[in-house]
Amino acid sequence: MSAASSKPAGEVIETDVAIIGGGLVGTSAALELRRQQRSVVVLEQGWCGAQASGVNYGGVRRQGRAACQLPLSQRAHQIWRRLEQTIGCNGEYVASGHLKLARNEADMQELVAYREMAAAHGLELELLYPDALRQRYPWIGTPAYGASLCAEDGHANPRLIAAAFARAAEQAGAHLLQQSAVEDCRFDGNYFLLQNSQGVRVRSRFLLNCSGAWGKEIAGRFGDAVSEQAIYPNMCVTEPLPPLMDLSLGVVGGAFYARQVERGNVVLGGGRGDGNLALDATRPRASSSVNALAALTEMVPALRHALVIRTWSGVEGETPDGQPVIGPSASTPGLLHGFGFSGAGFQLAPAVGEVLAELVAKGESSTPIDAFSVKRFAVQHA
Amino acid sequence: MSLLKRVAELERQRVSFWLDGKALNALVGDSVLTAVLTHTDQLRRTEFSGAPRAGFCLIGCCQDCWMRSEDGVAVRACTTEIEEGMRLLSGRMPAAEREHA
Amino acid sequence: MQTLVEAGLRPLLIDENRRAGGQIYRQPPPGFVRSKKVLYGFEAAKAEALHGSFEQLRSKIDYRPDTLVWNCTPGQLDLLHAQRPAAQTYTHLILCTGALDRVMPFPGWTLPGVYTLGAAQVALKAQGCVLDGRVVIAGSGPLLYLLAYQYAKAGADVVAVLDTARFGGKLRALPALLRQPVTLAKGLYFMAWLRARGIAIFGGVEHIAADGKQTLHSLRWTRKGKTTEIACNALATGFGLRSETQLAELAGCRLVFDQLNQQWLPQRDDAGRSSVPGVYLAGDGSGIAGADAAELSGRAAALALLQDLGLPPNAAAKNALASESRQLAHTLRRNLLFRQGLETAFPTAVDWARHCADDLVVCRCEEITAGQLRRSVQQEGSIEINRLKALTRVGMGRCQGRICGAAAAEILAHATGLSVAEVGRLRVQAPVKPIPVSSALMAQEQT
Repeated sequence: MSAASSKPAGEVIETDVAIIGGGLVGTSAALELRRQQRSVVVLEQGWCGAQASGVNYGGVRRQGRAACQLPLSQRAHQIWRRLEQTIGCNGEYVASGHLKLARNEADMQELVAYREMAAAHGLELELLYPDALRQRYPWIGTPAYGASLCAEDGHANPRLIAAAFARAAEQAGAHLLQQSAVEDCRFDGNYFLLQNSQGVRVRSRFLLNCSGAWGKEIAGRFGDAVSEQAIYPNMCVTEPLPPLMDLSLGVVGGAFYARQVERGNVVLGGGRGDGNLALDATRPRASSSVNALAALTEMVPALRHALVIRTWSGVEGETPDGQPVIGPSASTPGLLHGFGFSGAGFQLAPAVGEVLAELVAKGESSTPIDAFSVKRFAVQHA
Repeated sequence: MSLLKRVAELERQRVSFWLDGKALNALVGDSVLTAVLTHTDQLRRTEFSGAPRAGFCLIGCCQDCWMRSEDGVAVRACTTEIEEGMRLLSGRMPAAEREHA
Repeated sequence: MQTLVEAGLRPLLIDENRRAGGQIYRQPPPGFVRSKKVLYGFEAAKAEALHGSFEQLRSKIDYRPDTLVWNCTPGQLDLLHAQRPAAQTYTHLILCTGALDRVMPFPGWTLPGVYTLGAAQVALKAQGCVLDGRVVIAGSGPLLYLLAYQYAKAGADVVAVLDTARFGGKLRALPALLRQPVTLAKGLYFMAWLRARGIAIFGGVEHIAADGKQTLHSLRWTRKGKTTEIACNALATGFGLRSETQLAELAGCRLVFDQLNQQWLPQRDDAGRSSVPGVYLAGDGSGIAGADAAELSGRAAALALLQDLGLPPNAAAKNALASESRQLAHTLRRNLLFRQGLETAFPTAVDWARHCADDLVVCRCEEITAGQLRRSVQQEGSIEINRLKALTRVGMGRCQGRICGAAAAEILAHATGLSVAEVGRLRVQAPVKPIPVSSALMAQEQT
């Protein structure tokens, strides 16, 4: 993967589509656009997939998403099912099941209501009451009141997945520029003109804003008002342990989410770290780690003897309603947004890539995305 | 065969402990690592290849000497003092270890 | 400590070990009977003075032994003692995190029976044990001969000393070594003593490889093109020292790649100020300079701290300390020249990556081989070490790259044609050492 273009500064790379952001959304869009045989240039300020795409929990889940996300999430599920065909490796993806725990009766009612709603979107969930829960998963502790199981949800290794999508896009002919922050970007009425930190210039007919936590800033340059703030999810990982948890675990309220990878480490998220938008500036927060670990061991007591070997954080973009920004710009023709996934973008990303490519090809998406329109912020600002 | 040989400080009180279910003796002030390696040549097995390990740096840096007690507690052998009645596992008994871990 | 106490401050000393002394002056557990002369040999007087002055200071400081600092953020440390976590605020911090033997991977280095030089020494000093059976001592640096001498004297069966330095290198370094004649003399003394007892010493040794199935049973090496094999049960090895810099990094200190130490080290001025106001660095934790320099740099850092606090208030006293600071800086600079001479006499194996086979285990914790790293560079194009880590798992184990980081960087540099500095360093995150999940439960109980 090239760190920078070999073109001397001053020359312009002409392309059909320029994409700002080499994370999962940007690279899956690039891959899909290459299938349409359009030329693509991806500009990534750091390394492809090293931001939210690479440091997130790795949950590949439909369960728990708002109704407006389920069509997109179901579409993504089909892509995950044939992942190896798409990107040439499985990235440790496993459809292990996702179990969402209830702590009490109120939580259980929430799961019951969600199950009903989800069924209308073709998502089948199984409710488990305490006896059945402990019989099937004896490693779950007594504080668990019940649970909702989505048998085909699962998890994957975000570092491998993000890198694999980038590689697949490049092998398909996308031009990836890394260490390539966009310094200038504008629209001249017909074309988008971009210039990166190395003086390389790109001219394109379409521009995809897939810049994650930086999405608001890029959108703003074209007059699209967006409400987005950077959040820093707090993550921990244990030493490798004997197999114990055979599915991805969550809890109503989100105090923790945990999964055990094949090598045995338990990856755990919960709470917030600290940071800013500079690359490599995020820091986990000890109190968040402590709280998440305490919540986890309440539900999985056997883990109390494990050793924590690392904590980390990363940058994700969050919107006030927790929904991403997907779809055409309100101001600039040819500009499309795909960012702001508020901590839940990993599973959706491959479908978002397809949708963005559809928007380029046909001007409309076959999957409903109205709830994610950038226009919803303009209404607020009016 | 043992990896450590005592050459000094032999006049200390005995401490009895268990390794893989076998009763052994150490001396007060021994680290767990010393207690075990004056008898044998393994502290643990790696999770991936199952290769035997017996520590490396002895000052708590390399993290290669973590053992487990029979009740599942993790013990860093070189920086933990041996205590009377400790029941340790070295990875030589895979079935028992899985049961107790 | 002494400097700060004399100025009327009451510092908090957090020590990961049970007793004061660090590594060189490590004290055995209470109740051990060997004299300081036996334990520390030529350094006995220094050890006596150090332990003695600590005992005197103990009532005037807040001493926390057996306490791990597992995280550092601006103004706060996260501690762990007896499985209980605690937070500790600070306005000023002096980091004395010390060092660890530098060992580059070699075939068989993970076998039971293979230890660092420091490990072999700690076994003797702190536990009254030596490595059992036939012992080979291999590597470079002054510790090599000291350990062989201590071991043979204590009753270990030392069958050979393998020195990777060439005699020619030592000759070239003589002018620099002569700046510290006492150190040089000790080295020569040990070598002569060993030879007199028929312990074979080989110089210019290359390509050490350890063999064995469940434990070490023999060692191979080459010298002037010829391969030799020797049956042995234990190997103590080390090639100088490597600074422990994790806390400095978490404290926000700027690190710079140091060519002499071939390591990223926290930037420090002559007195030990880091790039972060209020954070000071002393001892081998910010660059290897030896025990004597460590003591001097400790005083220098403390003087800098006092200066920055405007202490002592009396102008004459201030000037006296400022003058002493300048003197210390001068002495430490001279010591650095000696260190540079040592490097010529005991060179680091900079060209190491070229020679290691694909099946060599580089990351002990995760069992990642050199071949896996090289394949990743080839197939996935990593040119930066954290990227390599994300894709291959190197440095993701319990030690978080402490042991394998330098080797991984050298392999990456060699595979990409970049310099070791250019491929970067593994990013440090808390906890700097593994902490039990159960301590989180204790923390919850406290809130």
